[in-house]
Order: sequence, then structure tokens, then C-alpha cells
Amino acid sequence: MKDDGGLRVSGMRVRYGDLTAVDGVSFTIGKGEILGLVGESGSGKSSVGRALAGLVPYEGDVTGAGPTQMVFQDPYGSLNPRLRIGDAVAEGLGRGGTRAVRKAEGLRLLGLVGLDEGVAGRYPRELSGGQRQRVALARALGARPSLLIADEITSALDVSVQGAVLNLVRELRGRLGLSVLFVSHDLAVVRYVCDAVAVMREGRIVESGTVEHVTEHPGHEYTKALLDAVPRLR
Amino acid sequence: MSRGRRAGRFVLSLGGVVVASFAMLHLIPGDPVRAALGPTAPREAVERRRAELGLDRPLLDQFLAYVGGVFRGDLGESFLSRRPAAEIVADRLPATVQLVVATMLLALAVAVPLGMWVAARTENGRGRRTDLAFTTTTGALSVIPEFLLAVGMVAVLGVTLGWLPVAGKDGAASFVMPVLALAAGPTALLARLVRVETLRELGSDYVRLARAKRLPTHRVYFRHLLPNTLTATLTTGGLLLCSLLGGSVVIEYVFQWPGLGGATVDAIVNKDYALAQAAVLVYGTVSLTVLLAVDVALGLLDPRSALRSRG
Amino acid sequence: MRTLSARVGLALVAVTLVLAVVGPWVWGEEAVRFDPLHTLEGHSSAHWLGTDDGGRDMLARTLAATRLSVWLAFLATLIGACLGVTLGALPSVLGPRGARAVTAVINGLVAIPVLLLAMFAALVAGTGTTGAVVGIGVASAPGLARLTRTLAAGVEGADYVLAARMLGTGRLRVLTRHVLPNIAEPLILSVTASLGYALLGLATLSLLGLGVRPPEYDWGRLLHDALPRVYVDPEVIAGPALAVAVAGIGFTLVGESLARAAARAPVPPGDGEEADVPLGRSPRPGPSGALLEVRDLTVSFGGVTPVRGVSFGVAPGEVVGIVGESGSGKSLTALAVGGLVPYPGRVRGSVLLEGRPLLSLSRSELGTRLAMVFQDPMAALNPALRVGPQLAETGTVHLGLTRRSALARAVARLERTGVPGARARAHPHELSGGMRQRAVIAMGLMGDPRLIVADEPTTALDATVQRRVLDLLAEINAASGTAALLISHDIAVVSSRCSRVLVMYAGRIVEELPSDALRSARHPYTRALVASVPTLDTDRAEPLATIPGAQPAPSDVPAGCAFAPRCARATSLCTTALPAFESGVACHHPHEERPRAGEEEW
Repeated sequence: MKDDGGLRVSGMRVRYGDLTAVDGVSFTIGKGEILGLVGESGSGKSSVGRALAGLVPYEGDVTGAGPTQMVFQDPYGSLNPRLRIGDAVAEGLGRGGTRAVRKAEGLRLLGLVGLDEGVAGRYPRELSGGQRQRVALARALGARPSLLIADEITSALDVSVQGAVLNLVRELRGRLGLSVLFVSHDLAVVRYVCDAVAVMREGRIVESGTVEHVTEHPGHEYTKALLDAVPRLR
Repeated sequence: MSRGRRAGRFVLSLGGVVVASFAMLHLIPGDPVRAALGPTAPREAVERRRAELGLDRPLLDQFLAYVGGVFRGDLGESFLSRRPAAEIVADRLPATVQLVVATMLLALAVAVPLGMWVAARTENGRGRRTDLAFTTTTGALSVIPEFLLAVGMVAVLGVTLGWLPVAGKDGAASFVMPVLALAAGPTALLARLVRVETLRELGSDYVRLARAKRLPTHRVYFRHLLPNTLTATLTTGGLLLCSLLGGSVVIEYVFQWPGLGGATVDAIVNKDYALAQAAVLVYGTVSLTVLLAVDVALGLLDPRSALRSRG
Repeated sequence: MRTLSARVGLALVAVTLVLAVVGPWVWGEEAVRFDPLHTLEGHSSAHWLGTDDGGRDMLARTLAATRLSVWLAFLATLIGACLGVTLGALPSVLGPRGARAVTAVINGLVAIPVLLLAMFAALVAGTGTTGAVVGIGVASAPGLARLTRTLAAGVEGADYVLAARMLGTGRLRVLTRHVLPNIAEPLILSVTASLGYALLGLATLSLLGLGVRPPEYDWGRLLHDALPRVYVDPEVIAGPALAVAVAGIGFTLVGESLARAAARAPVPPGDGEEADVPLGRSPRPGPSGALLEVRDLTVSFGGVTPVRGVSFGVAPGEVVGIVGESGSGKSLTALAVGGLVPYPGRVRGSVLLEGRPLLSLSRSELGTRLAMVFQDPMAALNPALRVGPQLAETGTVHLGLTRRSALARAVARLERTGVPGARARAHPHELSGGMRQRAVIAMGLMGDPRLIVADEPTTALDATVQRRVLDLLAEINAASGTAALLISHDIAVVSSRCSRVLVMYAGRIVEELPSDALRSARHPYTRALVASVPTLDTDRAEPLATIPGAQPAPSDVPAGCAFAPRCARATSLCTTALPAFESGVACHHPHEERPRAGEEEW
């Protein structure tokens, strides 16, 4: 992994009461890199994302995180049903600038995620799941994050629309030089989207490396089991 | 919730009740003794009474003395009759408890089967007529205040038809009207609750699977649904049962029931603050005990909460 | 119902409000006119409802008392709403610790019976009108506070609030911008309803002599004065009693029926027009001697038809997959095969199990020959019952076994599916997700099922667990020759486990093909679907294939081919004519068939 002032996490621990969800996790994400964090339920992968987003307290060192934003799994719960799309996106812009400037910026963001201007005046209920995830991305990008956390952002979507969101994540990374922590349970999706991957189990990272290396020459038994379990099209 | 936490919360709430009952006397604007003895009482009499009650001592002393008294079962002395408040409570409480327990049992016995039956009849929007009849009846019963029912029953069943005794507590017949009047509203609300919970459970996968197993209908209802419906109902219905205590005050007043409620009303009207204080303490403790009983019952009914309390 | 009760409520409220305005003007004087010659009278032509101890007309007093009664209720509600909503919103702006403390206080206060709280608050505030109003106001606050808290907590758990917090929005602004707008509606409605309760509560306090005092009078006070006379002249109490009932019930009904209307999602058309769905030509039913035969299966709910003429067969011992995205009708098809479509769903067409219509089979035959497995294993087991007895039921009910031998069979079946027999005594929540799904499968094996219908059996499970559960199903199939219908959104799962795949789109089967032929599918939808699934050998240099647009909802499936609007090959023919299902595909312009060795469809 590159070491160019990107994110460096070392010895991260997250505890909920007696339960240690994340138990000493270290990794780096270079600038403009997408790191996939894979694991099964209870592995602590989502807790890492939430800790980095500042939603749960953690112990350990995190340097170079910069402004961080997050996109959530459920496209139906991540937008306020009472706010128009334009207002929701503008929420990330802070309160500086005139109305007109913020409106223009909101439209630019919507354009960035491939939505047309007409969407700004609509309410979330009028949008499909895939469109809502694009809005959530646009809202997060408005805060000009250097790190984006994507927590299972396509697992609630149908296969035929999932691809469009995945393509968008890759495209945005290329265009904005964004670092992304891509949390997912799906190794095939992670392999497609990410540059590097870290495999988590029971709060620890059991293996990490470039996507090619980990998926083609897995070193850890658990990684092998995960790869083995991916159903294959005949 | 663990057993320890449940006990801890109970004790903490009891403490809250003790503090509240103590604070009540001191929150009253002006001088409670003056208010009780009336504006014409000579100042020396008021001072003497204040000293007797210990109201001239520092607040902390008073509080400690009060708490000590509560632990010894000494709830002070009625301002008016000068009888020990604890004695009055002991005289009056049994009649209230009998009334409230009889009402709770009736409410549960009617509401649970009724709610389940209506839920079964109206699952997924079928049985429109049953639905309409049920919601109208329970809706009306739940908004009519108990005192109106009581007064109406007294006027019709007691005075006009002369079927039932109109006042006092004397044998089984004297229970009929007070219990019915007190039970109507809570029964209606509880039956609605049972129905909602049953409908929710009916939509769950385990019921679908029980049906996929082609179990006979009665087995689906009694073995699979009932325990789950009961837990869900009691979780929210506990407070409802507790609220019966409030209604009992009015019912006791209307039927001149020799319970604590009537005594409390008299105490408040006559500014007998010591007795009112004792009433706060007793009603608070009884409410908390009812809630604790509901909690314990839930623990017994629901294996998940039993596991939690072991852990 | 809700319109009826709302209308009744509105009428009662209107009468009350009119009386509150005009009452004192019209009857005010008569209400206080002393008449020492006619005190404490019952009904007469001069005084319909009798007179009180001053000879004043009870009817006039009742009507004139409307204004004070309603006004006091309004004041009490205002106090209650201000206190309650503030208290309930407080945790939203405090830190986590403060929020917990306030919430605990609210929960404690709610436990106090309202009337008692009102009585003691009134005692502190000074008995009389002020005391009663403050008392009822204070007593109604905890309930509103808890409602506010519950609603606010629900909204605060939403991802959009987390997102707002991450964008640096302050707690107060989150409250005003995100929380309050989303809870305002139910809050306002319950404040309306609590106006009714305040009215009744005030009447109760006055009845007890703790409220309004002479010379002022409200309905409760009139009741208080008339109550001792009920034994002699019951009619004197009718006026104030009726007035309280009308006003109290009116406000409560309006508030509650509005709240219900607001809470209720738009009701699906119950008795709407049955949509006339062209059946088209469906796949040929399976070969005779098929274990399961489904013909022209249509499932509709009112005017909506999520399953539109589905036909297929499953041979004994065969594993058939149905694949489709959400809304394709695949799960309803599974329910229909199990005979479990809930009311008011209407099922047409036929489902034959071993050649006999499903409806003609007895409970015991169905309960032992057909097993169902659902998506969420936690929800599928009854949380209140131990696992063993849940399984054993099938034995005692359908197989005539004793409880003991049924339990022994249950333990054997659990072990057969890889659940240690000792776990029979566990409650479902003590098992892991995978174990629970095994237990559900074991439950299906209690009889001697010829067919297992598994609807998304592994979607809720982790990949490694999913694999083992699928292995189990395959092993049962191999060992006992139990056929299976495997329904999934995951085309890879279906293709790796089934010999034949049915692809569903918008309620129809659009293609039927051997699972090893998926990559050379002929229907454009199947092809696009296969291409859009990322696999471990997808080319990372290329953008992932996607399908533009979205599957139509069951309520607005277009005429013609439902996939046409998203299809690159569509012509005008596709938007008008429903393609017939011929030689395995329902498409006007299918891709060319790539011949496979040893397979010939026609």
C-alpha cells in the first residue's frame, strides 16, 4: 500500500459494553485508493467504518483521516422524507454562501453522481433505491471529504441496479482522488471495486493485500473459506 | 433486563416516591398548617402545631425523621382526626385492593380472548363487519370516563330498576357495578391492544411456518400465538393496569366504597396534608408493585428475557 | 370506520364549540337566577332537568357552563403540551448521559396513574380552579413527553440523522430540521386527543370537589352538586353528564381518528376491479408424472396482480430454481405452491402435487409431503417454544406419534441436519442463524417430504453458512430423492444448485433453461442479469454491465413485454404484444441460440 499521507489506522479498538467488536485493527488507505473491508456478520467491519466516521467511540491511533463522510446501506432510511432532494444535498455545504451559490453547487453535485437537475425538486419517495444511493453519495461529497466510508451501499439494491452504483464509486474515486473504505460482505463486489482488501474475522484483520493477490493467492484459511463460499455461475 | 437491575430500579423508584411524598408538603405555597387550621386559628395554635409536626426543624432533619418513620411504618398523624395515618391506610387499603384486583382479573379475562378472536376474524382486512363493531364499541367504551358509566349505572340499575345496591361494600352484589364501571375502559383498550399484537404476530414467519406445517387452527392460536401475544400485550398493558388505581378513586367516591380513594379525596379537600402524604406513598408503592409484578410475569412468559436475566 | 368516527367526532366538537361561544350569552342570566320557591326540584315543564339548591335551572347551567369547561380544558392541554413536548424533546439536545437520565425520568413519571398525579399536583398548586388546571396539565405531560421521546428516538435512529450529524449539523438544528418535522403530525394529533382527556379529567376533579368552586361552575362542579340527588331525581345529573360525554368523546374521537388516518399507509384497493391479465402462452407443464405441476398460476390482490399466469413442473427428485429481482413475483409463487397466499389474495390456475390438486389433499398429507423454508430463520421459529417440541408437533399432529416418540424423531431429524440433538431443548434465540435454518429444514423433514419449497433460504445468512445450508439441501436431495424448488434473487446461488432455472420478471416466467446454459441465455433480460453480476472473474478494467431503468411495480406492468422499456432489442411490437412463451423463452427478439451438446428443446 502506498504511504503518501493517506489514512493510517493502528491498533483500533471498539467496545460496546463488554463486547469487543473491533480488537486491534491496523491498516492504511492511500490517497485515491479504495480499500475493501470484507467479513461476515459480527466480524466488526461495520464498526470500523462507524468509528472512522465518528459515530462510535474507539481507542487507537488514526492519522491523516481528514474530513470523513459515510454512505449507509439502507437507501430508504438515509434520506429525510420531509426534505426535497436539493435541500438534502445542500445540507453538506455548510451555511456559508448565498442561496443561489448553494443551489448551483447542489446541482453540480447531483450532476456528479449522474442525476439530472429535475431531481432536486423531488422528495425521496419519488426516487428508486439506486437513485437514492446516488443522492446519499452526492450529499456526502458536498462536504468535500478526503475519506468516504461506504457501508454495504449496494446490498439493499437489486443486482441490475447495483452495477451502476459500483461504477459510480470507481468513477468518483478516479475523478476526485477520493480515498474510500468500502465495507462489504460480498467478495466478488469487493474484488471488482477495490484496489486493496482486508479480511476481518471476530474483530481482527486476518489477511490483507492487493485485491489480485488476496483473491488469487489467499494465504489465510478463512479467506480461502470465504472465497470458496462465493456461489459461482455455472 | 437483569434481575439485579430490575430490583435496583424498583428500589430507586421507591426512593423517588418517598422523596416526592416528602417534597409535596414543602412545595405547597404558604404555610400548610395555617392552610389546614384555617385563617381564624390563633397564631400560637399554628406555632404549636408546627412544632408538634417538627416543621420548625431544618429540612434535612425533617427528611431523615420522615424516612425513619416510613421504615418503622409510622406515616405521621392525620391533621384532622389525629389518628395515625398508617392505621387509616390499613383500614382502607384492603377494600381498594379488592376492587382493583377484581377489575384487573375481569379486564384480562375478557380482553385477551376477545382481542384474539377479533384478530383471527379480521386478519388481513377480512371480516369488515366484526372489525367495525369491535372498533366502534371499544372506541366508545375507552373514551367514556368511568364516573359517567358509574353514575349512569347507579341511575338505571340501582335507582330506577333497583337491581343492585347503589353504594357501600356489602357482599358480592355490591362489587358488580363498581367493577364493571372501572373495568369497561381498560378492558376496551386492552382488547384493542391484544388484537393489534395478535395481528402483528399473525403476520410473522413462525405463524406462516406453523400453517405450512398444516397444524390445526386451534393449535396455531393457543400453542403458538398465545404466549407471544401475552408477552407483547403485557409489555404495553402493564401501565394500563396500573392506571386502574386512578380510576378507582372516582369509582370509590361515586359508590361510597370504603377504600383509600375516598379517604384521599377527603384528605385533599380538607387539607389534611399528612394523610395525603401517606396516600401518595401508598399509591406510589402499589403502582410500582403492580409494574414489578408485570415485569416478573413477563420474565416467566418470555424465554428471551429469562435468558437476559440469567446473563 | 375512520370517516364515520371522525364525522361523529367533528359534529360533537362543533356543537360544543358553538355552545362554548353562545352559551353564557344566551343562558348566562337564567343560569344564575335564584328561585327560593323551587329549590331541588326534579323534572318539570318549567325546568326540564330540574333545579339546584338555589332553584336555578340545571339545563341553563349546563349550557352556560360549556365555555368555562372547554376553556379550562384548553388551558390544561396547553400546559401539558408545553411541558410534555419540551421534556420529551430534551434528550435530543442533551448529550447521551443526560438523554438517558431524562428518558428514565419520563418512563418513571408515565407509571404514575394520571388521575392520582393530577390530584396531588392540584393539592400542591392549591385546590380550586387553578389547582385543577395545573394538575390536569401536569398529569398529561408525562404521556406526551413519552410519545415525543419515542417518536424522536425513532427518527434519531434513522441513517439520515447520522448523516446530518456527520455533516456537522448541530443537535438543535437536527431537532428542528430533521426530528420535529417528522414527528409533528402525530404529536399535534395526540394533543388534540388530549384536549378531550383534559376535559374529562377536569370534570373528574370537579366531581371529586377538587376543582372549580362556587360561585363558578363547570360541568364537573354541577355533577358534584347533583351527585347526592341521583338516588331521588336521577334526571338532574343528565345535563352535565351528557355535556361532558359529548365534548370529551368528541375531542378524543377527532384526535384519534385523525391520528389513525395519518398513521395508516394508503390502503391497497381491497375490492378494486380485478385486472384482466392476459395469460399469454406459458411454458409447457412438466412431463406427466411430475411431482409438482403448476398451470397458469395467477395471484392477485384487489386490482394488483403480482403473479401473472405462471406454469412449470418439477419432476421427482429434481432441483428447480426460480430467480428474479424484488417484485418479480417469485416469493408469492412459492407461497401459492404451498397454498399459503394470505387473504385477500386470489389464486387462480392450478397447483397439482403428485397429480392431485393441492386443495384436495388432507392437512396431514400436506403437512408431511410438502416442506417450506423461509428467508429469516429467526422469525420462522416460535420464540416462545423450545426447538424440539416445535419439531415434534408434526409427529404428534400428523403422524399419530406419542409425544415421546415424536420428540425422539425430532432429535433424530435435528441430528440429520447437523444440529446436535441436545439443542432440542434450546429456545430458538440460543441458536446461531445457520443452526436455526437447519432446525427449520429438520422441521420439514419430520414427515417424508417429496418437495421442499425454499424461499430465499440463505439470504439472511453469511456466505460460509449459506454454503453449508445449501450443501445440506443438496445432500438431502441426493440421499432421499426429495425434490426442491429453490427461490432466490441470487442467480449464482440458483445456477450452482439447480438443474433447471426459471427466470421471472414482472410476474411472469420469461425464460426457462438448464442452469449451465445461463451464460448463453436467449432472453435479453436473463443475459443482462447474468452480465451484471460481479463474479470472481469479472474484468475489472471494464465498467460493470447494468440494466437501465427499473422493474415495473406489480400495479403498473405495461402492456406487451414488461421488459421492453429497458431492453436494447425492443421494437414497437414489444410494447404492444405480449410475447408468447415458446421453446423456453418469452421474447419477440431473443438472442440466437447457441446449440449445446446433447440438448435439443424442440
